Amino acid sequence: MPDPAPPTIAFEHVTKSFGHAGGSAVADVSLEVARGEFLSIVGASGAGKTTLLRLAARLIAPDRGTVRIDGTDVRERDPVALRRTIGIVFQNGALFPHMSVAENIGITPKLAGVRAAEIAARVDRLIDLVRLDGGSHRARFPHELSGGERQRVAVARALANNPSIVLMDEPFGALDPLTRDALGEDYVHLHRGLSLTTVMITHDITEALLLSDRIAVMQAGRLVAAGTPAELAASVDAYVAELLGTPRRQIARLAAFLPPPGAPSGAPP
Amino acid sequence: MTADPRWSEALQLLPDYLGSHLRVSLTALALGAGLSFPLALKARHRPLLRSVLLAVASVVQTVPGLALLALFYPLLLFASALAMRGAGISFSAFGFLPAVLALALYSMLPVLRNTITGLHGIDPGLIEAARGVGMTSRQRLTMVELPLALPVIMAGLRTAAVWVIGTATLSTPIGQTSLGNYIFSGLQTQNWVFVLFGCAAAAILALVVDALLALIAQGLAQRSRMRLALGIGGGLALIAVVLAPALPHPRGTYVVGAKTFTEQYVLAALLADRIKAAGHDTTMREGLGSSVIFAALKAGDVDVYVDYSGTLWTNTLHHREIPPRGDLLAALKDDLEASGVTLAGKLGFENAYVLAMTRQRAAALGIRSIADLAHHPELGIAGDYEFFARPEWAALRDAYGLSFRAERQMQPDFMYAAAAVGEVDVIAGYSSDGQIAQHDLVVLDDPKGAIPPYDAVVLISPGRRRDDALQKALAPLYGRIDITAMREANLHAAQGGGDASPQAVARWLWKRTAPASPAASSSGSIRRSSAP
Repeated sequence: MPDPAPPTIAFEHVTKSFGHAGGSAVADVSLEVARGEFLSIVGASGAGKTTLLRLAARLIAPDRGTVRIDGTDVRERDPVALRRTIGIVFQNGALFPHMSVAENIGITPKLAGVRAAEIAARVDRLIDLVRLDGGSHRARFPHELSGGERQRVAVARALANNPSIVLMDEPFGALDPLTRDALGEDYVHLHRGLSLTTVMITHDITEALLLSDRIAVMQAGRLVAAGTPAELAASVDAYVAELLGTPRRQIARLAAFLPPPGAPSGAPP
Repeated sequence: MTADPRWSEALQLLPDYLGSHLRVSLTALALGAGLSFPLALKARHRPLLRSVLLAVASVVQTVPGLALLALFYPLLLFASALAMRGAGISFSAFGFLPAVLALALYSMLPVLRNTITGLHGIDPGLIEAARGVGMTSRQRLTMVELPLALPVIMAGLRTAAVWVIGTATLSTPIGQTSLGNYIFSGLQTQNWVFVLFGCAAAAILALVVDALLALIAQGLAQRSRMRLALGIGGGLALIAVVLAPALPHPRGTYVVGAKTFTEQYVLAALLADRIKAAGHDTTMREGLGSSVIFAALKAGDVDVYVDYSGTLWTNTLHHREIPPRGDLLAALKDDLEASGVTLAGKLGFENAYVLAMTRQRAAALGIRSIADLAHHPELGIAGDYEFFARPEWAALRDAYGLSFRAERQMQPDFMYAAAAVGEVDVIAGYSSDGQIAQHDLVVLDDPKGAIPPYDAVVLISPGRRRDDALQKALAPLYGRIDITAMREANLHAAQGGGDASPQAVARWLWKRTAPASPAASSSGSIRRSSAP
């Protein structure tokens, strides 16, 4: 019998390898994501982060092991129906270039058979929610938007079918630092306000530390550590220690350039 | 140039030619695209099928358009015979059907290749996104893949349209009326106005269809209702043009056929004039290949045309021995009767293959007869497109032991001039061609009688054998056209010019050969006994 309150997403000894086809292998990964949790997966490129996300949405099937959503093996569910209950923010947004902003956002409820009037209302609400301008952005096409605007549309699209789970693959990776900070914080508000369970892939440990409740660290297809920032700080794994030390080293190096807050700008110390 | 009657004549033919051209092109395009598009969709996830399809389509593309069209005629003739025997279904292997099938095949490569390439070239990230948002594979195809591949697919369709409209001009020899009729008849009768007119009309038509498809593509891509409406509206207008002339197609019209050389165009016009004078409608099917036209007559696609006894005897009925003229004609009539074709009568002249060379050169080499040619293997010979493949040539070569340095195929009208300037030494010309005398060529004797007689005879299709009205209308022509008149007519028609259309020459020929009446006897006319 399953646990009375099963984790929202559970990877149980999941292994997946690829032949010559694209994709980074994962080996024997076990990881649980609790309801309402914001989990970040960090690691270098090729560590298997995206593969883990694709397994969760049943975009690919594991070679060995089991992936459960709300306690049910994803193999027992219709993959199309399953994906419609999950919101996904793809790498670089992956907005459909031939659809307007409103159509991109409205695609998931449309597929679910929601009435047109309801879709329009939902699209308006989501455009406000991700802080886009309904008047000027609604009818535009992806190539007419800035990078930050595209990512906001991608988040809105992921939320349009009222999912309880959101999977994000480097959602803010290609943005300038200001946009990235603003978007990240905006998303955390949405995550809490809508009671979402979020899994976000990032290669930036600082972003993971600032936004998420728990962090999972991947290296070469294996899960090397998972826990809160405090738990990770206690890890003896060299890679984890190196990773967590990065923000501190950056602050130290930056302090040499930047005047302390309150000092007159431009004046030499 | 201002008052050249050939322009207005070309314009008068335009509705028929353009309508037929559009009809065959658009049907072929619809069929070709309708076949290739689902095939391309099937092949998109099957690499083996994809390579096979593209390879086959590419091979088809390397077959010259004219050859592909020519191949479909015997193929359909065979299929038609099978269907008749097997299921009692009869269909015509002539004209529209073979042209549509060949052109459809021709149109498949660009549609196949562009659809496959267009679908293949979509960013895999977008395909993954389409799966991720919860699209089924069908939804993915219709909502993401096809819209994104649309510009490439439409570009393929546009290429196919331009190819098909251009290649459709070559469907004239297999009996499909098209803008190619201008080009083929213009080339035969030195009517450059017609050739130019046909080329320009086909080019403009191709550009118009291409522009309409471009409008539709842009309208779809940019969601411009205006462009889409303009494109589709224009397309519908074209389809209306296609259907309009098809509706009031008068039944009971006599179809007059002509082969691909000048004399045939003149004689077809002559036959049509007589039928019209008797108060009936005619439809012309000109520029038909030698074997196509006889099969078309047998199948009832052509009602009447002029052929030559020797051609029928050796090429159609495959006889090897050559009896004397009268016996051959009688035997031919019986043989044809057995297959339902009526040899209604002979026109009076003979148009035989003859070997000819310049008087000067013949004298210099001491050549008087074909037998003398055997001693001069250094000479080159030219003939029309079919001569060297005909049994008469094989018979002639064997009878005299001939061998030439080179055998060249030439457009018949250019052959005589080529001999006159020394481009070739000997030509296989036509005895009824006025150009023999014009270029001062001498006809070499055939002492062994290896070349059969070629009396011009009127053939009538099995369906019209008991058609007294037709027989009566044509009766005045039998025995009326003597060789001198025909030569003059051919020379006149081949030289071109404003008043040298086959119709004008046919009217002239009719007047020129008016039987001498006691009141006004003309020296040029020769009275002959009527049909055998």
